[in-house]
Amino acid sequence: LFFIYCCIERISWRLQKTKALLDHTNTLSLNLTELTDQQKEFQEVARKFAREEIVPAAPSYDKSGEYPFPLIKRAWELGLMNGHIPEDCGGMGLGIFDACLITEELAFGCTGVQTAIEANSLGQMPVIIAGNDAQKKKYLGRMTEEPLMCAYCVTEPGAGSDVAGIKTRAVKKGDEYVVNGQKMWITNGGKANWYFLLARTDPDPKCSASKAFTGFIVEADTPGVQPGRKELNMGQRCSDTRGITFEDVRIPKENVLIGEGAGFKIAMGAFDKTRPPVAAGATGLAQRALEEATKYALERKTFGKFIAEHQAVSFLLAEMAMKVELARMAYQRAAWEVDQGRRNTYYASIAKAYAGDIANQCATDAVQIFGGNGFNSEYPVEKLMRDAKIYQIYEGTAQIQRLIISREHLGKFKQ
Amino acid sequence: MHRSSEVKHLASDFNTRACECFGQPPVQPFESHCPVLTDRTVRVQLKVLKVKDGSVFFIRVKPDRTGVVTDGVKHSMNPFCEIAVEEAVKLKEKKLVKEVVAVSCGPQQVQETIRTALAMGADRGIHVEVSGKDYETLGPLQVSKIFAALAKKEQADLIILGKQAIDDDCNQTGQMTAALLDWPQGTFASEVTLEADKLKVVREIDGGLETIKINLPAVVTADLRLNTPRYATLPNIMKAKKKKITNVKPADLGVDVSSRLEVLKVDEPPQRQSGVKVETVHDLVEKLKEAGRI
Repeated sequence: LFFIYCCIERISWRLQKTKALLDHTNTLSLNLTELTDQQKEFQEVARKFAREEIVPAAPSYDKSGEYPFPLIKRAWELGLMNGHIPEDCGGMGLGIFDACLITEELAFGCTGVQTAIEANSLGQMPVIIAGNDAQKKKYLGRMTEEPLMCAYCVTEPGAGSDVAGIKTRAVKKGDEYVVNGQKMWITNGGKANWYFLLARTDPDPKCSASKAFTGFIVEADTPGVQPGRKELNMGQRCSDTRGITFEDVRIPKENVLIGEGAGFKIAMGAFDKTRPPVAAGATGLAQRALEEATKYALERKTFGKFIAEHQAVSFLLAEMAMKVELARMAYQRAAWEVDQGRRNTYYASIAKAYAGDIANQCATDAVQIFGGNGFNSEYPVEKLMRDAKIYQIYEGTAQIQRLIISREHLGKFKQ
Repeated sequence: MHRSSEVKHLASDFNTRACECFGQPPVQPFESHCPVLTDRTVRVQLKVLKVKDGSVFFIRVKPDRTGVVTDGVKHSMNPFCEIAVEEAVKLKEKKLVKEVVAVSCGPQQVQETIRTALAMGADRGIHVEVSGKDYETLGPLQVSKIFAALAKKEQADLIILGKQAIDDDCNQTGQMTAALLDWPQGTFASEVTLEADKLKVVREIDGGLETIKINLPAVVTADLRLNTPRYATLPNIMKAKKKKITNVKPADLGVDVSSRLEVLKVDEPPQRQSGVKVETVHDLVEKLKEAGRI
């Protein structure tokens, strides 16, 4: 399975490498200290939008759990969303590096809003890497014409990390596939215009995962698609997460990505491009924790000094700073590698695992620095702690990342 | 200058206004002036000032007290200049002006600010290269000479600038430029309307609002409530890369940028002393008398 995954990937990466990528990234060398002018400008717009529009609105969205559509619409208008969509479909064809810069800034504002936006990228990625021209024009084109959402429908109540264990069935009947099953924890589940769906097409339990699954594009208004209720989560509460039931949903064969049996590779291939932005999101949250904690530490006094002047606190801040800087470098490396057309699984997993862990550590430390105030909902840091947890769970749990990293590492070692 | 009314100007504390508007402590000078020249071919001269970014927490005075520490401090477009750019782009969208040119004076880094103006909708940029020592001493007089020279060269019809830079709060460049060109000026504009070949400007003054009608060509300085600047969207940033920025030296315009001012020293404002709470009005009066205030 691992070997097949490798081979196929090389072909698909070649198909993706476009001129646009070369224009947009630091091409020959990874320069972590100096971004290009365009990257700086993009980052500036995202930063301004996040700090001026997302930050003030985030607490009320967190309380109410209301979907932040006005913010998403604004981000869409500014061009901060759907950056990966190729230029011939009306998008900007940005590389993953540029997308990560933007994601980090948006996550600084509110990771709930950022996740809602990022779910678009995750849903679109299978179409971008594996869609044919007609599919791309149809489903990616409409995303650039109006602010629509899409979703990545793979996880089920009984299968999260074990993607090969999904049970949703797709049976070919004439020119259609009939799908039955249950998906769970689908971000944008109730707001999406279309879904990328992974379903099992080969019922034979002995069939290998690389041939048993098929990727489909499903219009959300197809009869039989039933989004469940909005789930009430610990954090990122404004993001819309739902279970979705598929009951005799008919999908035309034109909506199959690549062909029957190609689904697993597509679903996994999407992750190499979406893990760096998720790591960037976690880094944005950690940066926010660091800035809030620093501001507070320079205002609050105990024992006659600003608490920042006590080594216990300044050391906490120093360690938070170390973690943020390293997480940033990690996601930038992972993003750059894939933009160069190379397989970045190793770096993407490292970045996501590390950033998820440090986001939680930094958020907890920020609450600690705020003391009693940190525990209180009038101060911004308790939300960061609640929001951070999911970064160790979605897009591949912390444990799965370690599995991938160890496999990659041992694989390299044995060569 | 054509004025339909005259109002006496009262002194006001612009420093405070800048603070209230942006919620940040007054930042120290580090200007790169960029007037906006607008022309029926319109040249909007943007005063694209690079001032310290509002999210910087502390400005420190240099140890030798000749200025403030600017190394590593982030600079961005002066907020009033953003408003000026926005107004110019709005005029162009209403098809009242043909071309918007963004101008900035300073070292290489100001090109970033010009690019932001281009991304907001300006058609082309002019970078007047001033760097090093010259840049540190560049003040409103030199900048207004540069703008005046450029306005003549480019045959601008309208110059729009931010009313003042938030780092030095000089509030002089617009007025000086108008004087050098002998053009009418509409300063502290909170509304600008083109009526035939005249410009109607509503000005914010201490007594309220003053409406004047001035002939073109003219100089306008933008005040806070003129408009809300748009974000540069990512697609526009990419399109802006294709727009031209020409480089010019002050010497090419026949302008001498040497300063006639010498900064003697720069000090931090005095530390704020804590106040005293009093129980009654009587106590308050007593305390004020004690302090010799009344």
